[in-house]
Amino acid sequence: MASEKAEMDSLKKECDGLRTQIEAARKAVNDGSMSSAAGSATDVGRVQLKLRKSLKGHLAKIYSMHWATDSRSMVSASQDGKLLVWDTFSGNKMVAVPLKSAWVMSVAFAPSGNLVASGGLDNMCTVYNIKSASPKTLRELDAHTGYLACCRFLSDTEILTASGDTTCCLWDLETGKQKIIFTNHIGDCMSLALSQDERTFVSGACDSLAKLWDLREGTCKQTFSGHTSDINAINFFPSGNAFITGSDDCSCKMYDLRSDQEVIGYQDTSLNAGVTSLALSNSGRLIFAGYDDFNCHIWDSMKGEKVGVLSGHDNRVSCTGVPGDGMGVCTGSWDSFLKLWN
Amino acid sequence: MSGSSHLVAMKKVVEQLRFEASINRVKVSQAAADLQQFCMQNALQDPLLTGVSSSTNPFRPQKVCSFL
Repeated sequence: MASEKAEMDSLKKECDGLRTQIEAARKAVNDGSMSSAAGSATDVGRVQLKLRKSLKGHLAKIYSMHWATDSRSMVSASQDGKLLVWDTFSGNKMVAVPLKSAWVMSVAFAPSGNLVASGGLDNMCTVYNIKSASPKTLRELDAHTGYLACCRFLSDTEILTASGDTTCCLWDLETGKQKIIFTNHIGDCMSLALSQDERTFVSGACDSLAKLWDLREGTCKQTFSGHTSDINAINFFPSGNAFITGSDDCSCKMYDLRSDQEVIGYQDTSLNAGVTSLALSNSGRLIFAGYDDFNCHIWDSMKGEKVGVLSGHDNRVSCTGVPGDGMGVCTGSWDSFLKLWN
Repeated sequence: MSGSSHLVAMKKVVEQLRFEASINRVKVSQAAADLQQFCMQNALQDPLLTGVSSSTNPFRPQKVCSFL
């Protein structure tokens, strides 16, 4: 017993030592700031986007939306128990998928456009084929012991999920089984984003940490701290070397993978609402962040300044997305509407 | 949890920290400069920055056109 306690104490000491070492290593490379590098960048001025379409169709709060790779179709999920696939050019609803469980929290479009996936308080991720005559359930991925917070397809045969059970998981859609379970977070996993090369992904959780994972090895490669509350949203910067997070602490942060630390924060004393969602414009210069204050605020990612706002929703903005061609922004809200802006 | 499972868990934490401590880190000034450069190089290909003309705006209400 005594030897166990002694070993425990020595391990704790080693942990503290390693944490101090990591902080010192981060400090040692912290030789400049984004604002000094941004000095030479041109100003974006005031970004004023116009509301182009209001998509009406859901009967309850919208929790999630995701663009298809064609930059034209988009899928939304509402706690009215439906997924709607929209043609955003015409504003028409193309497909309606009735859900077994209305408590949906996340929806995703497969890159092929053939499949969509959703899940929520049922702890499952259900995959549907939307190209068949009527939407057909392809798979029910049932192994998480907590809610499904986020899902993203790698292809028609693999999907990544983030769960309230504190794990993320890579699934094989051909067998319906878990391939790799990613454990390391100590709080509900709320959001995930895949790298372009699909070799890594980042996750944000209620332990206020963001983590970078090796998708094939299943290992956590880096851990990023700084937020003081749940991280609800996460997205890669288009160069792939950085990612942005949005949190209940009312701020967004950009973390650089190669410097292993936060390089700039986005907060404003007048903004006292949590960040629910975020999306980036194609150059990475603009961040569209959805907040609990019913607005989507636009940030200049390089200068750290607020440069615009998308106002029009009558309730919390719960989801935001920019299509692959970068032609606009879609916001989804608890007011049951989706809005398209550019 | 029993004493030894505490130890196993703790050993895993130490192993993870050792791994995270071992990476090479790039100077923030370099990382920041690279991020800035990416934004600048891609600014013209960013429709939300450059603006979308009404003739090419996919979300604008469609006007009916007929081919004669």
